[in-house]
Amino acid sequence: MTHPENAAEFLKDAQKSKWHDETLWFVRDKRDKVSKGIPEWEQLRDLASGIKDNVLANLADYLEEFERNAKKNGIIIHWAADSEEHNRLVLEILQQQNCTAVVKSKSILTEECHLNPYLEKQGIEVVDTDLGERIVQFLNQPPSHIVLPAIHLKKREISELFHEKLHTEKGNEDPVYLTQAARVHLREKFFAAKVAITGVNFGIAETGEFVVCTNEGNADMGVHLAQVHIACMGIEKILPRRKDLGVFLRLLARSATGQPITNYNSHFSSPSPGKEIHIILVDNGRTAQLARDKFRSSLKCIRCGACMNTCPIYRRSGGFSYNSTVPGPIGSILSPGLDLKKHSSLPFASTLCGSCTDVCPVKINIHEQLYEWRQEVTKTHGDFAKGLSMKLANGIFKSPLAYKISGSLMRNALKSLPNSLIYHPLNVWGKNRNLPDPPKESFQQWYQKNRS
Amino acid sequence: MSSREKILSAIRSLTLEAKTLPDIPNFSSPGNLVERFTQSITDNKGEVMTKSEFEAWFSAAGFSKVISLSAQFSELATLPLPEDPHDLESLEVAIIDGQFGVAENGAIWLEDTQLGLRALPFATEHLVIVLDRNLLENTMHQGYEKIATADSGFGLFLAGPSKTADIEQSLVIGAQGAKSLRVVLF
Repeated sequence: MTHPENAAEFLKDAQKSKWHDETLWFVRDKRDKVSKGIPEWEQLRDLASGIKDNVLANLADYLEEFERNAKKNGIIIHWAADSEEHNRLVLEILQQQNCTAVVKSKSILTEECHLNPYLEKQGIEVVDTDLGERIVQFLNQPPSHIVLPAIHLKKREISELFHEKLHTEKGNEDPVYLTQAARVHLREKFFAAKVAITGVNFGIAETGEFVVCTNEGNADMGVHLAQVHIACMGIEKILPRRKDLGVFLRLLARSATGQPITNYNSHFSSPSPGKEIHIILVDNGRTAQLARDKFRSSLKCIRCGACMNTCPIYRRSGGFSYNSTVPGPIGSILSPGLDLKKHSSLPFASTLCGSCTDVCPVKINIHEQLYEWRQEVTKTHGDFAKGLSMKLANGIFKSPLAYKISGSLMRNALKSLPNSLIYHPLNVWGKNRNLPDPPKESFQQWYQKNRS
Repeated sequence: MSSREKILSAIRSLTLEAKTLPDIPNFSSPGNLVERFTQSITDNKGEVMTKSEFEAWFSAAGFSKVISLSAQFSELATLPLPEDPHDLESLEVAIIDGQFGVAENGAIWLEDTQLGLRALPFATEHLVIVLDRNLLENTMHQGYEKIATADSGFGLFLAGPSKTADIEQSLVIGAQGAKSLRVVLF
């Protein structure tokens, strides 16, 4: 299904899609307010962008430095060229530990690699421990937003789900009550798990340490109770120096949810005595994206989700409409690099208003890259109807007489033509859009009457 | 060729324009550090209190399972630090010392030496951090300067209690980790 088809599905529930739109805008608004409290905000964005540019320009060196230092600290490093290798490596570690139940905190990378279904096929129970992720996991859904995984659901739906899965009271929709039920359920899982999987927000080349940020504390609950910690990390997550975290931790949570920092920001250098930490460094298309001049800077993304919260298309079409692990504007420039055919409608899921670029904490030119992907897509398969109208318009605009006549014709025609013709399926611009009332006269006529 | 070599040589095969690593200015902002820190913790849904306020709260609550690693409140402990973090499951209160705090966001730096067990500040029901008011930094930049050469196996900036807004964006305190954070500023 294409993005417009999925979006149409989402918009069928008008009340819910309106709530979705307004709620994400509220998060965007919080981001604006908190960022304005930092006078050096724009300088921080410049710095973050500059640091990430430097990382991408020297990625191989930094990765080797990171590996060397992490190994020195007693961390075990693995490398995975693609998702299959990543999943196999995770499975091997679990098998070494005879582990059949694993707890996992939020990791977009493991979503990208489809780790859960892979492990489940091998008979391993995977428990997503972020509350929002646990909710969507119960529903067999992927997250619909990278920071707010269950933002597409209303509390009534979650209450019904928890009644079925966690035996909460029927009809009790109180978020405090529901969260408490999840707490009891998840803490039982934390205390039983031998292995915990997390993502990685930042890996520091200079020290070999890595940082994981959460508000719920679920990543830490998992790893500090488990015997083995597996951290899955995309190769682009590197920062050169520990002090770079000062810039990135100031930007991340403020951009994501409008809070000054996440409540837990854990720095892992070496395992507790007798325990193990493994890092899996994953490529899975990242080196290919690094090779694309126009799209390289998409790898600077720190997964804050700000571009989703601000995007007029994302807010009104929902995360699932993108059918891509990372939805929204940034997903629409990352996913075509992985599979252009599957994701060919995504670069068009944008008004090119540039709001995503304006809020991006690492200053990725998202809307320009969306435009560039459109050129790539139309090179392979153009849209016949839009192409035909453009050719027609070209002829009309070339001749002043044709322009004058067609303008007058259209003003009258739009008044009298039946809607079935104006909103004919061939007119792709007529879908879900209403034309304004046509003016009685052209601008030229109005000017001659009033100004000449 | 191993995946490691494959990835590194794929990167090295590209000719990429050199980009300088920028220097980070020592940003800071004006204002009273204690006031800003207190406001930040309050915004993060924690609570800043004096020693006597804390003692009043503690004795009124009547906890029976308390671990204290803070020298100032060692007499409040009812349990020693266990060897196995799984024994923290029903812990009611953990009292620990903070190394320093950051005024702009309330983040408090903790390392293995303060934590005893890494699971301690997460697994406990209530967390109390004892912090010297003279050990407050302005922003994260000064915070990282302070730990520039720290070599703890684990360290963390902790800024509040466990919280979530995953159900219809309603803020709920006490998700999977500690249900409350009290900072005793002395």
